[in-house]
Amino acid sequence: MSDNIQHSDVYAIAPHHRFQWEEAQQCYVILFPEGMVKLNGGAGEVLKRVNGSASVAEIIADIKATFPDVPNIEADIMGMFELALGKQWLVKR
Amino acid sequence: MTQNSLGESAVQKAVQSQQVNNGVLASATQTQPLWLLAEITYRCPLHCAFCYNPTDYDKHTQNELSTEQWIQTLRDARRLGAIQLGISGGEPLLRDDIEDIVIEAKKLGYYSNLITSGVGLTEKRIQAFKEGGLDHIQLSMHDITEEINNFITNTKTFELKKKVAAMIKNHGYPMVLNVVIHRYNIGHMKEILEMAEALGADYIELANTQYYGWSLVNRSQLMPTKEQVEEAERIANAHRANTNSKMKIFFVVPDYFAERPKKCMNGWGEVFMIVTANGDVLPCHSARVLPNMKFPNVKDSDLGWTWKDSPAFNQYRGDAWMKEPCRSCSEKANDLGGCRCQSFLLTGDAEAADPVCTKSPHRHLIDQAIEDAKNPQLQAQPIVFRNDKNSKKIIEGEFQERLTEFHALP
Repeated sequence: MSDNIQHSDVYAIAPHHRFQWEEAQQCYVILFPEGMVKLNGGAGEVLKRVNGSASVAEIIADIKATFPDVPNIEADIMGMFELALGKQWLVKR
Repeated sequence: MTQNSLGESAVQKAVQSQQVNNGVLASATQTQPLWLLAEITYRCPLHCAFCYNPTDYDKHTQNELSTEQWIQTLRDARRLGAIQLGISGGEPLLRDDIEDIVIEAKKLGYYSNLITSGVGLTEKRIQAFKEGGLDHIQLSMHDITEEINNFITNTKTFELKKKVAAMIKNHGYPMVLNVVIHRYNIGHMKEILEMAEALGADYIELANTQYYGWSLVNRSQLMPTKEQVEEAERIANAHRANTNSKMKIFFVVPDYFAERPKKCMNGWGEVFMIVTANGDVLPCHSARVLPNMKFPNVKDSDLGWTWKDSPAFNQYRGDAWMKEPCRSCSEKANDLGGCRCQSFLLTGDAEAADPVCTKSPHRHLIDQAIEDAKNPQLQAQPIVFRNDKNSKKIIEGEFQERLTEFHALP
């Protein structure tokens, strides 16, 4: 469990950032002024559930239900939240 | 573009290993024109001495693409994978169809950026851009002083730029400032950063002048000394280290003062595609200076063919074209031999190593330029401002001596 991110927290994609599926690239991307990051599948799975209303706990539960066979997935998801927050892709609601 | 891929996080590996991953990273061999720069017009109300636009731009002010042609180009590029759209010029606001282009860009899923001097931006237009879905506006600023702003742009635009900055902020846009750095403003770095903070800038790009187009003609007058560049970078770093500031600072290192060349455009035909006012499709802004090259035009060539198969886009893709010392260089993948245009403009050979590289047999040309930056007689030459009259003169062959004195051509 991270020191910063609580299960009850709710996040949204940060202003001036856009998260979208890219057909030509076959991946999710995050777009912002002067830049873009292509996201690997796992990162995309987390960010596509970030919608300004689902809590971290709900997102974890949903991903666990979708990928029941992945071990330690919660720690990975929390790691992704930390990374995305550190990069200022997300804001806390 | 500032970042290419997310680092290998644990979650990526875990989910990828389950074969449910639908993400792939781009590879050097699977090129995609992620960045589309639309140089929508070369007309401009400013006359900046450092403009990188072609000096013969006057040839291309009467044959601009129509709105329909631009919209078709946006559609075609999007299908090839373009995401980031820069609407640039010249001054793009001199066209009255930017609103239509913005709406189409939004519809297609571009992240769109208007790159402007701010001249011509009104409440009405910015409102239309916001409603149309324009994602951000990059505003060029020149200096903290009215005197230098008006001098280097050869216009009286200082007060207007401050008003436009406030307008951009008021409409909820991220404030992205671009300041081209040269001899006349490099001593004001601290004040420029303070101005940017006061305007509420989220990002500031401190773009040290690169010498192409008009800025090459005016290189002796614009180039700062090595000591000035080092001091400017120190000030930028100190400001960045100040934790009270949320402003992101990009300091674009001036390549003349480096030991290795820049990986120009992130590689020829790798991620950037530029469509010029008249429809020429280029792998970099100044590619038309290169000899014996024919660049496809959107009016008569399929954009997919242009990107993937045209001789122009394949000419310097990868490293097969390289000569020595690049060919056997252990660092060739880092910079791909630098900039083809710079090599040609300074050495007369587009396939030579970028003369910025200390391994280049032409590095003395760069060292001479750095040395010349200390010479007050060279700096005292009059500036050739970017305007239609001077462009016509250059087309007719004037000012050639300004360029020939820089390079090793016979």
